Amino acid sequence: MIVPLSHYLVVSAMLLVIGIFGIFMNRKNVIIIMMSIELILLAANLNFVAFSGVLHDMVGQVFTMFVLTVAAAESAIGLAILVIYFRNRGSIEVEDVTLMKG
Amino acid sequence: MTDFYSLLPALFLGVGGMVLLLGGVLTKASDTTPGITFGAIVLLAVAAVLCWVAPDALLFGGLLKTSLFTRYADSLVYLAAIAALILSVDYNKRERIARFEYPVLVLFAVLGMIVMISAADMMSLYIGFELQSLALYICAAMARDSVRSTEAGLKYFVLGALASGLLLYGISLVYGFAGTTNFAALGEVFRAGARPGTIVGVVFVLTGLAFKISAAPFHMWAPDVYEGSPSSVTALFATAPKAAALALFLSVMAGPFAHLTGQWEMLIQIVAVLSMAIGALAAIGQSNIKRLLAYSSIGHMGYALMGLVTGTAGGIQASLVYIAIYVVMSFGAFACVIAMRRNGQAVEQISDLAGLAGEHPAFAFAFAVFMWSMAGIPPLAGFFAKLYVFYTAFNAGYDTLTIIGIIASIVSAFYYLRVIKVMYFDKGQPGFDKTSAGAGFVMAVGAFATIVFVVIPGPLMALAGEAAKALMG
Repeated sequence: MIVPLSHYLVVSAMLLVIGIFGIFMNRKNVIIIMMSIELILLAANLNFVAFSGVLHDMVGQVFTMFVLTVAAAESAIGLAILVIYFRNRGSIEVEDVTLMKG
Repeated sequence: MTDFYSLLPALFLGVGGMVLLLGGVLTKASDTTPGITFGAIVLLAVAAVLCWVAPDALLFGGLLKTSLFTRYADSLVYLAAIAALILSVDYNKRERIARFEYPVLVLFAVLGMIVMISAADMMSLYIGFELQSLALYICAAMARDSVRSTEAGLKYFVLGALASGLLLYGISLVYGFAGTTNFAALGEVFRAGARPGTIVGVVFVLTGLAFKISAAPFHMWAPDVYEGSPSSVTALFATAPKAAALALFLSVMAGPFAHLTGQWEMLIQIVAVLSMAIGALAAIGQSNIKRLLAYSSIGHMGYALMGLVTGTAGGIQASLVYIAIYVVMSFGAFACVIAMRRNGQAVEQISDLAGLAGEHPAFAFAFAVFMWSMAGIPPLAGFFAKLYVFYTAFNAGYDTLTIIGIIASIVSAFYYLRVIKVMYFDKGQPGFDKTSAGAGFVMAVGAFATIVFVVIPGPLMALAGEAAKALMG
C-alpha cells in the first residue's frame, strides 16, 4: 500500500504545531524546549523526505542530511549554554528565566 | 577555474579561523587574546580586499552567487566585524572575559554571513544562516560567570532555533510545491503563479528572516539579548548579523520570490509599520542605554524594510544605503556605550551619562552625533538615509506608510534627544574613566563618516544603486 503525500504533510504539520506549542505553553523545563525545537526540525525533515520521494528528486534527501548535522550541532550548543546557565542560576525552570524584562 | 577566485574570501576566513583556533590552543603564552584578535582583524581586512578583486561567478552548480550586491553587503559585514573586534580587545580584558575563542567565533560567524549573503540556493542559505547563528549563540553567553549573559545566551538560542526551525519548515514547503531549491529555478516556477502550499512556505521563510533582523512582531528577543550580552558582543549583534540578514531578506524577496510580490508585499508593510511603531514607542520608557539601542535598531529595521516594499531597484537601493548608514551609526553608538565606565566599572544607565559633556567633550560630542543621526536630524547621515527611504516609498505611492514612518521618526527623536540632554544639561558626579584607544578610534571613524556623508554622499549612493541593479538582474 502506498501512503499518499497528504498523510505525510498532515503528520509533519502536527509535529510542527506540537513543537511550537511545546515552546510557548511549557512553563516547566528548558529541556522540554530543546525537545520541541528538535520536533520542529524533524517536521521539516519529514516534509523534505516525503516531497523528495514524490518528486523523484534527490535534493530533499541531501537537504535532510544537512539538517540532521546542523540539528546535532545546535543541540550540543544549546545544552552547553543550558549547563552554564544552570551553574549560575541553580535552576532551569522556564519561569526563572526572567532576569531581564520590559 | 577562475570561479575559484570568487570563493577565496570564504576559504580564507574558514581556513584562517581554524589556524587561529589551533594557534590559541597550542601556544603556551599566558595571554594570547590580543594577538589572535589582531590576526582575526587582519584576516577580515584581507578577505574584504579579496572579495572586491574576485570576479562575479556562479559557484558549485548554482549554490553560491557573487555579484556587486554580495560584495556591497559583504563589505558592510567585514567593516562591522572589524569594528566589533577592535572594541572587544580592551572591554573584554577589563571585564575579565578575554578569551581567544571570541575572535575565532566572530570569524566563523562572518563566514556564515558571507555564505548566507551569496546564497543562490535554499540549501546554502540554510547552512550559512545556521553557521552564523550557532557562532553567535555562543558569543551571547560568553561571559559564562554572569547570570545575565548566560540568560541572554539561552533566550537567544531558544528563539533563534525556533526561527531557523520555522525558516526550514518554510523552505521544505517551498521545495515540495515548487520542486526545486535553486533561486533561479524557483523564480521561473513562480513566474507562472504559485500554489497555495508555496504561499504558506513563503510566509514561514519570511517569519524566520524577520526573526533574524528582529523586526516586529518577532523582536521580543532583541532587547533582552542586547542587554544581557557583554557590550562588545552587543556591538557585533547590532551591526554585522543585521546587515547580513537584511541583505539576505532583500536577495530572497527580490530574487526567487520576486514574482510573488502580490503575496508578500502586504506582510512586509505590516512588519515595517509594526517595527517602526514599536521602535518608537517602546524605547521611550527605557532607562538602560543598551535596551534603548535595541528598540532603536528594531525601528531602524522597519525603515530599512520600507525600501523593499516598493519592490523596485530604487527601493532596494534606498534599503542598501539605509543599512550601510545604520551599520556605521550603530557601531559608533556602541563604541560610546563601551566607553561608558565610571571608576573602573562599566555602567549602562542613561542617567550615568549625566555631566559627560563637561568631563569628556569629545566623547559627548561623538555620542551626540550618533544620537542626532539616528533620530534623523539634518544634516547628518541618518537624515539622508531616512529621507531617501521615505522619498522612494512616497514616489511609489505608499503615502500612508510614509506618513507612519515620519510620525514614528518624530516620536523616536524624543528618546534620542533625551540622551543628549542628559549628557549636556544634567548635573552629574565626576569620575568617568578615560576612553580606551580602540573605542576612541571606532567612535572617531563613525562620527567622521556620519558627518562627512553630507558632503560626499555620491559614492555610497552610486555604489548602492549599482548593487541594487546587480541584484534585480
